[in-house]
Amino acid sequence: MTDLVVNLAYLGAAVLFVLGLKMLGSPSTARRGNALSAIGMLIAVVATLLSQGVVAWHWIAIAAGAGVVVGALAARLVAMTSMPEMVALFNGSGGIASLLVGAAALFPGVIGGAAGAETAVSTFTAVTVLLSVMIGGVTFSGSIVAWGKLAEVLPSGALLFAGQRLVNGGLLAALVACGVCFALAPSADSPYFVAVLVLALSLGVLAVVPIGGADMPVVISLLNSYSGLAACAAGFAINNNVLIVSGSLVGAAGIILTNIMCKAMNRSLANVLFSGFGATRAGAKVEGEVKPINAEDASLILEAASAVAFVPGYGMAVAQAQHVVHELGELLEENGCEVSYAIHPVAGRMPGHMNVLLAEASVPYDQLVEMEDINPRMANIDVAVVIGANDVVNPAAREDEASPIYGMPVINVDHARTVFVLKRSMASGFAGIDNPLFFGANTRMLFGDAKTSISAVIASLKD
Amino acid sequence: MELVPIYLAFILALSIFLGFELISKVPATLHTPLMSGANAISGITLVGALLAAGADGPDWLATLLGAAAVFFATVNVVGGYLVTDRMLGMFKKRPEKQAAEKPEA
Repeated sequence: MTDLVVNLAYLGAAVLFVLGLKMLGSPSTARRGNALSAIGMLIAVVATLLSQGVVAWHWIAIAAGAGVVVGALAARLVAMTSMPEMVALFNGSGGIASLLVGAAALFPGVIGGAAGAETAVSTFTAVTVLLSVMIGGVTFSGSIVAWGKLAEVLPSGALLFAGQRLVNGGLLAALVACGVCFALAPSADSPYFVAVLVLALSLGVLAVVPIGGADMPVVISLLNSYSGLAACAAGFAINNNVLIVSGSLVGAAGIILTNIMCKAMNRSLANVLFSGFGATRAGAKVEGEVKPINAEDASLILEAASAVAFVPGYGMAVAQAQHVVHELGELLEENGCEVSYAIHPVAGRMPGHMNVLLAEASVPYDQLVEMEDINPRMANIDVAVVIGANDVVNPAAREDEASPIYGMPVINVDHARTVFVLKRSMASGFAGIDNPLFFGANTRMLFGDAKTSISAVIASLKD
Repeated sequence: MELVPIYLAFILALSIFLGFELISKVPATLHTPLMSGANAISGITLVGALLAAGADGPDWLATLLGAAAVFFATVNVVGGYLVTDRMLGMFKKRPEKQAAEKPEA
């Protein structure tokens, strides 16, 4: 195929990506949008394979075959509760792919671009290769650490040590210095190139290590953005426009999501990335008496309720309670009760985590209510059932200026007539902040595993 | 030849603005599929990986790097699209008769 035809195919692919992303914005068209974007990818890949640049097939066949098997199996087998880990790993594989493409672009004759004819690598190519190696490297090692924290292979809390910022700053300075040295005399066997590689990988690890588990939605969406920017940088390295277009679309999408997550926590991105939130700060102590309730009494109150809102958090994912929650919701609906599911933007470990879990349990998406929509009508809710959520329903965020989460928008469950809090024990939540909600006059604590507790409520409702 | 970087920079700037416009109105319900779907698109690096692995390059190291990139990018693309599709397949609207009873939910 001629270059013109290949580029026209790339143009078609880019258009399909744009349409696909647009259709991902509405639940009714999202699935078709994803399919369109996949078709765009297929077109781009086939056009590349048929282009004049690709002459050796055997390595491609082996590597792509293995990739298809691994990718398809992972996508098919992953449990919905492990979706944050999966997304982290996919981000990481995108990052390292961009890193490798950038590195390969240093070799003469590999890519039909700036390096195509001459043997020397131009400064422009060198800088773009550097960018793809740096961004790709940070994305890769950062995603692996994020995966480790989410899968609890690594401690999920914020890990801080003395002089951490100094170390990170030094690392960044060394990275830039080695990058400049490399760009002055670029070649594939430059020792500075290896140094850049190692430094970028270390920086990725050190950047994610101080971020606590509750801040993971921000990290995941930021790494998502990086994986796009890495592809974009690789596109500059090999002078390929479709990489630049698609990479920057993804980069922009990730930044928007990151911004939404930060706003939902009332914190700046810099604060999330550098403060090691939850490891050091202690909130105001709350004193009081909690009022426990058993499943039987809870079911009586629920039976009499005409409006119930479930407020899920990460604890629901841990307890795998989404299916019983839906079962309880359906029972209440049959009883003539109005049931909704109120979802905080940062509930869980990635953007939209709770929505996916409830969708898996076949909760229709029109029953999922966003924070801004549920809060004004919270006073009309008879029972708010908090399942494994803590900080996102903490009234201290509104009232207690000394609280570390003061100013964060929360779901005002304390305004409901009655609040049930399902909780394993009285240990404080992830961020180590005391929650006055637990001591509220209208709050009843239902202690135990969320799944077991709800099953018990269902059993006594059915009696 | 000197103009190429400029054209690429134009593409970059406009695509970023387009990305911001496209994504800013996505409802929270779809944040996860949006993220994994976007992530699958970032697997477009596969195109670069194919060019690197498929070139009749003089250096075996370049081919090796390219082949490894093809593997990882393929995992990203195939896994990303399939898992997004699997998730989106689970998002369902409320059945019609119930929807009529409770229109505001």
